[in-house]
This record gives sequence, structure tokens and C-alpha cells, in this order.
Amino acid sequence: MQTALRAAFSESELASRANFVPHARAAREERPVHTSGLPLSIRGLRKSFGDNEVLRGIDLHIPVGQFVAIVGKSGCGKSTLLRLIAGLEKIDAGSISFGDEVQAEDIRVMFQEPRLLPWARVLANVEVGLGRDRATSDAQLRAEKALAEVGLADKRDQWPSVLSGGQKQRVALARALVSRPRVLAFDEPLGALDALTRISMQRLLERVWRDQGFTAILVTHDVSEAVALADRVLVIEEGRIAHDVMVNASRPRERGSVELAGLEGSILSHLLSADDRT
Amino acid sequence: MSLIDSVSLPRNFRLTRMDGLIQWILPLAIIAIWQVATVTGFVPTRVLPAPSDVVLAGWKLLLSGELIRNIWVSFWRASIGFLIGGSIGFAFGLANGLSQLSARLTDTMLQMVRNVPHLALIPLVILWFGIDESAKLFLVALGVFFPIYLNTLHGIRTVDPQLIEMGRIYGMSDGELFRRVIFPGALPSIFVGIRFALGIMWLTLIVAETIAASSGLGYMAMQAREFMLIDVVVLSILIYALLGKLADSASRVLERATLAWHPAFQKR
Repeated sequence: MQTALRAAFSESELASRANFVPHARAAREERPVHTSGLPLSIRGLRKSFGDNEVLRGIDLHIPVGQFVAIVGKSGCGKSTLLRLIAGLEKIDAGSISFGDEVQAEDIRVMFQEPRLLPWARVLANVEVGLGRDRATSDAQLRAEKALAEVGLADKRDQWPSVLSGGQKQRVALARALVSRPRVLAFDEPLGALDALTRISMQRLLERVWRDQGFTAILVTHDVSEAVALADRVLVIEEGRIAHDVMVNASRPRERGSVELAGLEGSILSHLLSADDRT
Repeated sequence: MSLIDSVSLPRNFRLTRMDGLIQWILPLAIIAIWQVATVTGFVPTRVLPAPSDVVLAGWKLLLSGELIRNIWVSFWRASIGFLIGGSIGFAFGLANGLSQLSARLTDTMLQMVRNVPHLALIPLVILWFGIDESAKLFLVALGVFFPIYLNTLHGIRTVDPQLIEMGRIYGMSDGELFRRVIFPGALPSIFVGIRFALGIMWLTLIVAETIAASSGLGYMAMQAREFMLIDVVVLSILIYALLGKLADSASRVLERATLAWHPAFQKR
């Protein structure tokens, strides 16, 4: 009876909590040590593409385990900043340091598109995330655990083409999580999802972040998403950090609360007034 | 839910069995009409022999062993030529898809050669190789080369760059990237090339065998024409049709087995 109910929920993708929690608890109990996040220090960071100067000197310190959201108009350089942090682009000037020796597996990115290999089963797609550990004997076990964490353990042998958009994005999250990253960068990972799936994915992101303690950097164009998830919201305008707002609301946060709505309103008015000036 | 399942399952089953038969209705009907038309004298047998006469001719040739020998010779030429031309085409497709240097070096040259109809080379090929096996193999290999080359190249060039970036981020080495991302991504296109190539393979072989050969199906048809054995001529044409269908089916089976992930090949 219970399993039938759970399967029905995962189909509809609505009831995120009821569905994810049992899996997550099992995964949590077996984990030996809590991996900790990495701090991030960015100094005088500049980047241009041809004549177009996208980032004009970013100075930023992110403490261990903070959830930072970066918002801004399209073309303001927020995605470029994320790609530089993830090491996908070359730095023109300035520096990004993580305060520790980092390996490729410590920093992971999740994109707006799931970018799953269509010719690999769900479990094999998650195994890709292990990086150099793919060949080790416990690779499959670790991938199964990561899949259970996002509530898709029963989809392990499916082809990605039969999954819904939200499920694909959850597989992509499992792939990003499987190597226990210490910094996780999200490039509008929920941008292509419908409103309800989005909310359940936001809860999932918040939960895995609280469980694992990685440093999270979320680029988004949705200010309400930013204030709902982040400890701190950075507003980027014309390649510089224009505002740095702390969100002190307690967790779990209630969506649509007066406190969050007020904060969202003030950040939006910043963005819109910048629009009026130009 | 369970009610719908139990109702729809047997119906699906019946439909798939019907699908297997349905494709043969048209060929069988044509043969039946053909038989009636020739037996009643509506079509003179000098123009077109009755299907029963064709079967009879086939039976006689089968007993003498001539038919099997000729089919085998043609089949052997087709497969060896296909293997040679296909592997070279595949190799160039890979090299030019993966390396800019290789593409710049060879692509223009290959595009020039491609625009020469390969059957136009027959006189030259006969001068080079005479009428022995290598002439036929050369022509088949040349014909098969281009569809496989072009489609392999196209397949590799159009692999989703976002997936390649993903593979790089997750620390795949060049070999692993090829094995896990590029090759599977190019495979549907490679199969398109193989199916084109199979068609060209038969076409080339028939032409080559009717012009210059001392064995094979094409030779059998030409000999029969010399002696006005029209039933044997028709027989060899029908065998070509069957062999073509067989090659196509084989590639379909392979396609289904390797592209099970592709939405187009999943059970509906």
C-alpha cells in the first residue's frame, strides 16, 4: 500500500516531502562523515569577451557552507561569474581561491538543461558524476545512494527519455551530488520547469544543501526563488556587485511570508530602478 | 489502470502479428495478378514469364547447384566490398570529425571524388583490374565509402556540444569522451549511412556483374539474356530484390539492438 502511494506521488512530482524523506533518511544514516564546504574568495575578477567587458572587478568572500544567490538582468554577467567559479572559462584578471587544495570532484555545476546522456540508463548517468572514481568497485553503490537522495531510486534502469523534465533535473542533481562536492554551482537549474515542479525542486535543493553542508552558489533570474533559498542575495549590475543583501529569515521558510515578500520587493525595485536609469 | 492494461495487452499483441503479415499482402497480390495475367494469355510469356515458370527455373538452377554458387559469389563480393569501403569511410569520418587538421587535409579531396559517379569509372577499372574479383570489390568499396563517410562525419560533428562540455567537466579523458559521448551520439547518423550504403552496394554490384564478370547473379542474368531464357532473367531480378530486403532487415535489427535508448526505437 505504502509503496503504491509513493510511486503515485513520484509520478505527479507534487508531494516532494512525503516522497523524498524516507529515502533521504536511509542515505543519511549510512554516511560516514559530513563533508564540509569550501570558502570562496574572489578578488578583482575581470572577464571580457572581445570588446565586451562582462565582469568589471568582482570582490567577494563566501564563507563555508553559505547559500548565495546571484540575481541580475540577463547579460549582467551572472552566468559568466558562475562559469569562472566552476572553471569553465579562463580568468582575464584577478583571482578565485578556495582556501584549500581543490580537486575537480570538489566543485560541481548543475545547468539549466539536465545534460543527461540519452544512451545511458539513469544509474549510469549518475555514475558519470563520480569523475575519476568511476572505475572503483563501490561506484554503483554510491550512485544508487545519490539517486535515492533525490527520490528516484526506482528509476535507476530507465532511459532518460522516459523521464519528465523535473525527474531529469533530479537525476542531474544526483549526478552533481554523487562525488560529495564541496562547492555546488547552479546555473538557473529550475528555469525550464513548471511552477509546481519548481517549488518541489527548491525544497529538494534546500534539503540536500542542509544535509551535506556544501557551499552553494545559485544563479537565477527569479528573485522570489533567491530569497526563498539563499542566506545572501547578490545583485549584479553591469559587471559589478551592486547590492549584497543578507536574508536572515529562519528555515524552513514559509513561501509568501511577509518578511520574504518585503525583501523580494526591495531587491526587485533595485533591479527595476537600474532599468529606468539606462 | 489494471482494467485498461488487461484490455489493451491482447489487442496490442494481435496488432503486432498483423503488422508482420500486412507488409506481404501487396507483393503476394501482385504475384497473384501476374500469374493470372500470364496464364490467361493477357501478357504473352515472351514478354513476361508466369511466376510458376520462374519458380520452376529457380528449382532447376537450384538442383544443378548453379544458383547457389552464383548467389554465394555475389553475396561474397557485396560483403567484402562493403567491409572494405565501409571501414575506410568510417575511419575517414572519425578522423575528419575529430581532427580539424585531418578534415582540412582530406575533406576537399574527398568531396571532389564524391562528385564523380563511381559507375563512370567502370571502363577505367576494367583497364586497371581486368574483369576479375578486384574490379568488382573496388567498385563496391568506392560506392559504399561515401555514404558511410559523410554520415559518420555528420554524426560526429552534430553531437550536442553541451554533452561534450558536461563530459569534460566530469573529468572524462579523450578516450572516455569518445566512447561514452561522441560515438553513441553519432551512431544514429552512422546507421543512416549504412542503410544508404547497402542500397548502393547492390546497385554497384549488379551493374559491375552485368558488364564484366564470369560468375555471380548479374552474370547469370546476362547469360540467360543471350539464350533468351527470360524466366531466369526475371528470377535473378527477384533474387536481387530479396537480398536487398534481407540486408535492410539485418541493419534494422542491428539498429534496434544498439539504439534502444532512442525514443524512436522504444516500444510504443
